Amino acid sequence: MIDKKDVEYAAGLAQLKLDEEEKEKYTEQIGEILNYVDKLSELDTDDVVPTAYTVPMKNVLREDQVKDSLPREKSLANAPDEKDGHFRAPKIMSD
Amino acid sequence: MTTKYETVIGLEVHVQLNTNSKIFCGCSTEFGKEPNENTCPVCLGLPGTLPVLNKKVVDYAIMAGLALNCDIAEYSKFDRKNYFYPDLPKAYQISQFDLPVAENGEIEIETEAGIFNIGVTRVHLEEDAGKLIHEGSIDKSKGSLVDYNRTGVPLIEIVSEPDMRTPAQAKAYLTELKMIMEYLDISDCNMEEGSLRCDANVSLRPVGQEEFGIKAELKNMNSFSAVEKGLEYEVKRQQELLDEGKKVVQETRTWDESLNKTISMRGKEEAHDYRYFPEPDLVPLEIDEAWKEEMQKEIPELPREKYKRFISELGLPEYDAGVLTGDKDLAVFFEEVLSDYDDPKNLSNWMMGEFLRLLNENGHSPFESGVSPINLAKMLKLIDQDIISGKIAKEVFEKMYNSGRDPETIVEEEGLKQISDQDELENIVDAIIEDNPDAVEDVENGKERAIGFLVGQVMKETRGKANPGLVNQMLRDKLMN
Repeated sequence: MIDKKDVEYAAGLAQLKLDEEEKEKYTEQIGEILNYVDKLSELDTDDVVPTAYTVPMKNVLREDQVKDSLPREKSLANAPDEKDGHFRAPKIMSD
Repeated sequence: MTTKYETVIGLEVHVQLNTNSKIFCGCSTEFGKEPNENTCPVCLGLPGTLPVLNKKVVDYAIMAGLALNCDIAEYSKFDRKNYFYPDLPKAYQISQFDLPVAENGEIEIETEAGIFNIGVTRVHLEEDAGKLIHEGSIDKSKGSLVDYNRTGVPLIEIVSEPDMRTPAQAKAYLTELKMIMEYLDISDCNMEEGSLRCDANVSLRPVGQEEFGIKAELKNMNSFSAVEKGLEYEVKRQQELLDEGKKVVQETRTWDESLNKTISMRGKEEAHDYRYFPEPDLVPLEIDEAWKEEMQKEIPELPREKYKRFISELGLPEYDAGVLTGDKDLAVFFEEVLSDYDDPKNLSNWMMGEFLRLLNENGHSPFESGVSPINLAKMLKLIDQDIISGKIAKEVFEKMYNSGRDPETIVEEEGLKQISDQDELENIVDAIIEDNPDAVEDVENGKERAIGFLVGQVMKETRGKANPGLVNQMLRDKLMN
């Protein structure tokens, strides 16, 4: 089962700020989802290889060839802030 | 050094692979371009884009795995490593978690204390992150500038077992890894430019204790000497803490080259939770025997094997073998000369002496000078055949180095042939005897050393061209009978 602490931890990792009401709500909702998924554990999967991929494909590769990059103005076009050809990120370390 | 504690060191080494294009897109990996010039929707992590794996990156990782005596995975996959930091535009790094390309290897290293086998836990593939420039120091800056040119440059991470017991072993391991990567020609291995990076886990435990002590993770050691100095400092720091009955804190510490110490990186103590999960945008890798065999063929003789062969088959001293195999190009050059010349030790003396001296003075690598292997072989033969003296050879060699001309032409055009004709030397030797009565008297009184002085005078008179052995004999005949 999941409790409020788990939700706060997951929200912290995802850098989400939740208010008390939301925390209660998500604890309940995520709990319901997990309970539902938990039904799968009723199956005996001892002899089943874990599935990482669902499409039957392997080794999709390209040759080591350089292609044109984007013009820099285009790369930076969506940047909320830029300076001297760089993306500019806000303060990284909190006080 | 007290012997109360045993040091335990493990290294995590990141090696940038020298492919032309990035790991998941066609952007160039060229170093030194204007910021964000080598970027595209894939490496910028724009929505709707899909990564496609560069085949050469896998080839190189297989080669590295084989060279480090690892088992190559038949089935390997990529995973997302999630963390928020502006050097990653996607907020995750594509890496490998539980099924790396290679595992369970080991390499042999040698230090003054002996020969050791160091285990290689794994070799996995991942994409490099971008470069940040903080506006001022990281903790006080108001913002950071981000250059994503390096984002998506292919890396292998090589994780060692905690098998090293001294900083010297760690340095030897790192040196051996670097040489192996250079011999494989899969990386530039330049620590200063960041194409080879090393983090270390260091802990101490009482001698005899099985369980590991609490470790610190050391980062930011940007040169081989920094790795050794950083580790030495850290061992001493932990030893002092333990001696005072205090505890080592598990944390990340950074090596500060200017302060010569390690500093705690506050704010990174929280245990990481990367929430790895399989990368859904890539399909798995299956490496069959044929692919492995193809890569095995690309692996040249590795530095350690070459080192041993130079000693056992060529009869070189350990020191010479170490210097010559320490640089791949130097070893290749050496062997190319040997295909035309059959005295390895004499060649080794020349390469470690005059050749290395000039290479270092000019900042050249072995194949950048005017001396070709075939010309060096020719020059050594001229000495062996008494056509030029060893002393003149140095002059000839320097001329070859600077002009690229072959030694026979230089000797011919500049009249540098050794004078081995007794008649031609007769007058000169007589004149020297006449001009140096004191030395002559010394010789006649049995002072052997004075002979050397007289030989030197003849050499000076002939500008080094006289055959010194012959001159010596002539002087003895004239003065000592």
